[in-house]
Amino acid sequence: MNDFLATLINGISLGSMYALIALGYTMVYGIAKMLNFAHGDIIMVGGITTFTVMQYTNMPPWVAVLAAVAVCTVLGVVIEKVAYKPLRGVSSLTVLITAIGVSYLLQNVALLTFGTENKSYSFSFLTALNWQINEHLIIQGSTIVNVVIMLVIMVALLLFVHFTKQGKAMRAVSEDNGAAQLMGINVNATISLTFAIGSALAGIAGFMYIGTYSQIGAYAGTMPGIKAFTAAVFGGIGSIPGAMIGGIALGIIEQFSKSILAQFQLSALADAIVFVILILVLLIKPTGLLGRQIKEKV
Amino acid sequence: MALLDVQNLSIRFGGLQAVDQFHIAVEQGQLYGLIGPNGAGKTTVFNMLTGVYKPTTGTILLDGADITGKNNVQISKMGIARTFQNIRLFSEMSVLDNVKVGLHNQVKCGLFTNILRLPGDYKTEKQMNEKAMQLLEVFGLQDDVKLRARNLPYGKQRKLEIARALATNPRLLLLDEPAAGMNPNETAELMQTIRLIRERFEMTILLIEHDMRLVSGICERLTVLNFGSVLCEGETSAVLRDPEVVKAYLGE
Amino acid sequence: MALAAKWKNMRASTRKKLLMLGGMLVVFAILQLLLSLDLLSNQIQSWLVPCCYNIILAVSLNLTVGILGELSLGHAGFMCVGAFVGAFVSKYFDTVNPDLSAWIRLPLALVLGGIVAGLFGLIVGVPVLRLNGDYLAIVTLAFGEIIWNLFNVTRVSLDNGSFRVGVGGTGLSNLSADAVPLVDGSLGITSVPRLGKGGFAIAFVLAFLTVLLVMNLIHSRTGRAIKAIRDNRIAAESIGINITKYKLIALVVSAFLAGIAGVLYAHNAGQAVATQADYGYVMSINILVFVVLGGMGSTLGSMIAAVVLTILPEWLRFLSDYRMLIYAVVLIGMMLVNGSPAIKAVVDRGRQAVKQKIKNLFIRQPKKEA
Repeated sequence: MNDFLATLINGISLGSMYALIALGYTMVYGIAKMLNFAHGDIIMVGGITTFTVMQYTNMPPWVAVLAAVAVCTVLGVVIEKVAYKPLRGVSSLTVLITAIGVSYLLQNVALLTFGTENKSYSFSFLTALNWQINEHLIIQGSTIVNVVIMLVIMVALLLFVHFTKQGKAMRAVSEDNGAAQLMGINVNATISLTFAIGSALAGIAGFMYIGTYSQIGAYAGTMPGIKAFTAAVFGGIGSIPGAMIGGIALGIIEQFSKSILAQFQLSALADAIVFVILILVLLIKPTGLLGRQIKEKV
Repeated sequence: MALLDVQNLSIRFGGLQAVDQFHIAVEQGQLYGLIGPNGAGKTTVFNMLTGVYKPTTGTILLDGADITGKNNVQISKMGIARTFQNIRLFSEMSVLDNVKVGLHNQVKCGLFTNILRLPGDYKTEKQMNEKAMQLLEVFGLQDDVKLRARNLPYGKQRKLEIARALATNPRLLLLDEPAAGMNPNETAELMQTIRLIRERFEMTILLIEHDMRLVSGICERLTVLNFGSVLCEGETSAVLRDPEVVKAYLGE
Repeated sequence: MALAAKWKNMRASTRKKLLMLGGMLVVFAILQLLLSLDLLSNQIQSWLVPCCYNIILAVSLNLTVGILGELSLGHAGFMCVGAFVGAFVSKYFDTVNPDLSAWIRLPLALVLGGIVAGLFGLIVGVPVLRLNGDYLAIVTLAFGEIIWNLFNVTRVSLDNGSFRVGVGGTGLSNLSADAVPLVDGSLGITSVPRLGKGGFAIAFVLAFLTVLLVMNLIHSRTGRAIKAIRDNRIAAESIGINITKYKLIALVVSAFLAGIAGVLYAHNAGQAVATQADYGYVMSINILVFVVLGGMGSTLGSMIAAVVLTILPEWLRFLSDYRMLIYAVVLIGMMLVNGSPAIKAVVDRGRQAVKQKIKNLFIRQPKKEA
């Protein structure tokens, strides 16, 4: 029972991080209709920024997080302006490859500046937050922080998207960007804003990554990025609650399959299980859990 | 017996009864018009006739054979071809290739014959080229064969779509608003083309159209659809004078 | 004269195909000549086979992405199947019958590798028939990841003439002392007989055949049906094209060829080890980059991009740490120049201006009469 709970809690913790990353994918996809393949690497940049601030200055953790958010936001907006904006309206595949190029670029800049080795860091305040439920079950501080951050951000985003002028502009652009433009909405500014928000969330996810794994390196963003993308598709790409549900579901599935597979010395297959489940979900419900089916009119 | 005989055809989308108890009988060689206000369900009828939608109830007989509920590929093979309201060409392919795809089921030649370029490949290619050129000449497209379909002017795109439909060697041709977006000159030319198709290929044609000059000019018989059901049917001139039809189009 | 007339009467696609294949032969002849004169450095020699299998990968993926119009991020998965099946066949025969001629062993490995990869293509085809767009992309990515992960835990041993198959763990239990491990989990298949001296010729023949067959396919009745589905599925159905059948044909042929490339890959490396770098989505994306950069749907473009992008990172090796950085910048730059209407306009204007200047050098301007 305790094992089950521990696995479940780990899954929720990991899933919260995936959810936050998936939000970035889902929002950018909803608005700009592009898969921002470089999103995972922005998490890595956020993590490295957090690490650098914590390691080389005496600042408190929240400053490090703010720094990561600031760096990632600026980076996200710059990438959008330089690499994606000139390609608006061009085939989505061209944009996808460009995003892959950006991903390689970020990784290689990180390799050159940060080095090829992963570096370890653990936040002391997270350990202090550990919560002993009973003698076998501890809820890690990082779990509490991950879940709280994810919930706060989810609520804030939903409020933002539904009740502010910019949020409504975002929804309008995602429905029909041509019509939105005709209604006087600044589509370019809205897309930039979306990238800014998505990247800021990636910055926070970078902090969560270090909190969860206690290390960071140039390739750190790749697997979480792919999995969060999977989570976004799982939940129905374009849907904010979908990203949360998809992220958490994926985190839980991953943890359970890992613990089950470990008994057969097959832990290496945990990632494969995640993908098998994704395929099954999409075969049963081709637009993900909360995605909308758009039928082509004849 | 009518070539196309439809009885009690209905379809429901959720709570919406899009088409209700539709019926029509198109005789061999007839040029038949299906008219009605926007949203009356005309294209939905076409979609049921061609197997894009499965009707909720009703029967569709093509030359006595029941084709109700068959899919669009089967129906194409049984001899119904169509064009679309918003032109659907294979836009990246050449004009010639568009028609050659239309000839797909008229020749037999499989994957291995194709990739190994066995003699059968050359033979069928030759056949297809000749047939396609004949068709394109009918529509005055013989000088545009190498152009990509999307680079054709609008009027020619319409013609190409009809040529492609005819390439499937149909017994019944469905045209969905062939004159949409055309100016009066182009429409007049289109009327000539449609008459020509009927004579040249002895084709039975059922068309949806809003342009009354085209409808009154070439259709022999009309069915009027309003709010998903048949309002009236009969000889073109009689139908167009029917006060109910005038009311449906112009309001009270 | 008769030949010239024949040339004129050919389909345009046939002429293009013959020119391309002729070009390939010329390049091959030159390289073979240089090889026989021993004028190629070891480094350049080591690029030859990779260029060939990358051509096969690019041309076959182009069939799915450019011709069928479905985005696949899992092409390396099929390559992985081919690599393992092919390496397994070779290793098996090398173990039980070392005297068997490579002329029998290698073709058998190629054919089996291709066929099994094609079967996997059929399996992947099932979701492809139901999904499209980005959802399909992620499913193909998932398939690719599943495939290499499965090979990564597979173990097969040859124990007294019978196969013992297992997954995971540290090894198979109760094996006799003289059991030979053929596939060893994450260590993969090692000491696969290599291609050897004639490797480039073999790889070239396969690349040449791939280009020939794929070009034949694209410009045929079958190919037109596939392109019709890409351009307008609903219209294709309306003229009686069986969508399921032609989608599957494209996918299976594409997977079959990727499998062949995989067999080459394993025999060139002398091993088949299931890793992310070799067979994961990163490799799939690399192949996709060949196709997109070469211009989707263009076989020639895929081929050239495959060769350039195989050589470029290697050639940049002297830049050591900076090479992948430069590769990334070049990639982004190429996509922007190719894709962006604004940047394209500037480049075109520049090109026009240069052309005009060159022209002015040679053509004397008519003097204005006073």
